[in-house]
Amino acid sequence: MTASQPGQPVLSVRDLKVSTMGRRPAEILKGISFDIAPGETLCLVGESGSGKSVTSLVTMDLLPRGELQVTGGTAALNGEDIVSASPARTKALRGAEMAMIFQEPMTALNPVLTIGLQMDEIYRAHTKMRGPDRRSAALAAFDSVSLPDPARIYDSYPHQLSGGQRQRVMIAMALALKPKLLIADEPTTALDVTTQKQILQLIRKLQEEQNTAVLFITHDMGVVVDIADRVCVMRHGEVVETGTTGEVLSQPREQYTRDLLAAVPSLTPRRARAQERHEHVLELLEVEKVFEFRSFLSKLLRRPGHRVRAVKDVSFRLDRGRTLGIVGESGSGKSTVARCVLRLEDPTSGAILVNGHDIAPLEGQTALAPARRAVQMIFQDPNRSLNPRLTAGDSLIEGALNAGEPRAEALARAGELLEVVGLPRDALTRYPHQFSGGQRQRIAIARALMMSPDVIVADEAVSALDVSVQAQVLDLLAEVQARRNLAILFITHDLRVAAQICDDVMVMQRGEVVEFGPAGQVLSDPQHDYTRALLEAAPGRDWDFAKGRRITEPA
Amino acid sequence: MLSYFLRRLLMAIPVMFFVAVFVFLLLRLTPGDPAQAIAGDQASLAQLEAIRESLGLNEPLSVQFVTWIGQMLQGDFGRSLISDRPVLEMIGQRLGPTLALALVAMAMTLLIALPMGVLAAWRHGGMTDRLVMAVSVIGFSVPIFVIGYVLIGVFAVHLRWFPVQGYKALADGIGPFAHRIFLPGLALASIYIALISRMTRASMLEVLREDYVRTARAKGLPEGLVLFRHALRNAAIPILTVVGTGFAMMISGVVVTETVFNIPGLGRLVVDAVLARDYPLIQAIILLTAGTYVLINLAIDLSYALTDPRIRYQ
Repeated sequence: MTASQPGQPVLSVRDLKVSTMGRRPAEILKGISFDIAPGETLCLVGESGSGKSVTSLVTMDLLPRGELQVTGGTAALNGEDIVSASPARTKALRGAEMAMIFQEPMTALNPVLTIGLQMDEIYRAHTKMRGPDRRSAALAAFDSVSLPDPARIYDSYPHQLSGGQRQRVMIAMALALKPKLLIADEPTTALDVTTQKQILQLIRKLQEEQNTAVLFITHDMGVVVDIADRVCVMRHGEVVETGTTGEVLSQPREQYTRDLLAAVPSLTPRRARAQERHEHVLELLEVEKVFEFRSFLSKLLRRPGHRVRAVKDVSFRLDRGRTLGIVGESGSGKSTVARCVLRLEDPTSGAILVNGHDIAPLEGQTALAPARRAVQMIFQDPNRSLNPRLTAGDSLIEGALNAGEPRAEALARAGELLEVVGLPRDALTRYPHQFSGGQRQRIAIARALMMSPDVIVADEAVSALDVSVQAQVLDLLAEVQARRNLAILFITHDLRVAAQICDDVMVMQRGEVVEFGPAGQVLSDPQHDYTRALLEAAPGRDWDFAKGRRITEPA
Repeated sequence: MLSYFLRRLLMAIPVMFFVAVFVFLLLRLTPGDPAQAIAGDQASLAQLEAIRESLGLNEPLSVQFVTWIGQMLQGDFGRSLISDRPVLEMIGQRLGPTLALALVAMAMTLLIALPMGVLAAWRHGGMTDRLVMAVSVIGFSVPIFVIGYVLIGVFAVHLRWFPVQGYKALADGIGPFAHRIFLPGLALASIYIALISRMTRASMLEVLREDYVRTARAKGLPEGLVLFRHALRNAAIPILTVVGTGFAMMISGVVVTETVFNIPGLGRLVVDAVLARDYPLIQAIILLTAGTYVLINLAIDLSYALTDPRIRYQ
């Protein structure tokens, strides 16, 4: 039935078309075709909305019912068409012959069921194995993805594991029955770089052992360099270019591919900007933040709680017109520093000087008001940081109204600022859902500028954006900074972004600053092991996207 | 888990204390002389004095309160002013039918409403969904006594499947018990079926969009497992909340059903007590009801922890 002939592709997609359902159907996939051979990794790359994920859902027969439908073409797994197969048949294939790993390991596992049960279900659904055999198979599978203490993992709930561990569990589940095809939809996007590197290596290793065909979906060109054999570049539901990884990355035929590659920020730091005057606008002196968790019982018994030092002894100076990058992985304390600077969090000790005044001991909104004006923030996800029920105009003027500015005056300024960030003035009356992600982040920047701040804190401000949009938003930030002589505190996990926009870089690990210096020095000649590990884990670090060739000597 | 349970249990103590204070003051704050209110208009001075003495109304308020609480902690809730029987005994006799009715109604609710809600969410927008929604509108809008009489008319009078009225305790055998409790149970359940099927549908619609439901389908699991094991357990918390408060409301809201089906339960005792101004009985019933609410809330909190492991460790 599914016996594959030699030379036959594991997955063969031909002229596949998918449309939305409803009164005005829109075509999401406009007839795409590709093959994947056994043991091969095909990367689907493209920006959000290009149809990569829909392609994978068709293959798994998991299209959301009532929303999307296949209108033409075939997707054959070992010669058997999935599109025309019965639901019972595709259900039997799912999890056994083809399996999938999803983007968010945090939400892809059921939070109320143990890991063991969720693993056990696969064996129960597809095999006739007996209980003890299923358990030992599960433990062996956990062991093969290098999970520590498989027996403990088996009895754990998802929230007791780290993101990396959860993704390993997902991989163990996907590969439990040695499927012919593995679909990985952005499997490492939500993970730290060092974890990402390990997961990519793991997928590679297991793929080689089992000769699995892998359909790998990503928007990250660096990941493509590290994992793909062949690449399909997708745009607006079409495959614009396809070829081996070397061909597509070195000699892209299409302009779109060239633009996509050009938008990838280089890991080589840009040249430091000349600095004329040293004028500190923000200075942190030995800032510490300790979180304390005490259970009700401990409070009752006056037992000490569980203390976590999220930020230890952080000091830095930020001058007008300069950009300081704080880089580090999740849990390194970089966001806590940002929240302390904004006094959204109260530092446990230390001083935070904004324009020379220590704001750390201040209490109450009135006392903090001048600092609140001087330091403004841009958040990571513009889809969630703008109130969906307020127009762009109302979001922009909220702070100004609060500071006592008349509404008409504030609205006029908001209109001007929208033009500064490259949006039409009439955008004032529109709601967030009427803008794209990049436009929303422009609104967020305009909102920060409304208060004429001295410092802007940007917490992962471009992480949720596509590379081409990312480049535009970074350009905008640089332009605004130059024009207004702003200081920017830029928090990111992405070393490529840090290399392109920061003058100075501070590397944090577990709440401590491990390395601090000019970007050129820290990123090209790292002194600390952790900085080196971060740089080595950066995906595609040995590829020069600007020149389209492998870097022989690592920078 | 233990800490979670202890914290919830400790939180019940102040609630019960405030209820007790309220109930105590209820009698003392009655306009005029409570003894007069109790004894009625034709009482003699000697009778009034005797009542004051027996209730300790001549003591300071604080002393009265402490004595009263002390008595109750020893299980002495006083005697009925009308029948002179111990209040606790009177309630005990009536508790059985009411509890049985409420439990049967809740079981029926869950058996009918959960599958209805899950199916409606699964077939969102389809015929099943519309049918379920229509049934729930009926359940909401038609009063219980109408539903009760319609059920009696159709199933007892016309079809003769069930008796028209009456109650038999479970001790008299499961057959007679089930035979008599079925119609009143269904009548009482109707509004809760409407409420909980809607709640289940809404909660399931949220959860069915979650990534882990997609993961479950991607593993090739049968749809039944996806819906009832993966989705329903995650959708459970808002449903449990409504089930719990619904159950509490049921216990105090059985009066109509008990009257329609002539069941000697607590609901009718309350009506009789209020009409007769039987204060000790009213006090005991309020305390008992409040205690039940607190216990049910405790049970809801515990059920949260049992369905969602993340709550256990907070």
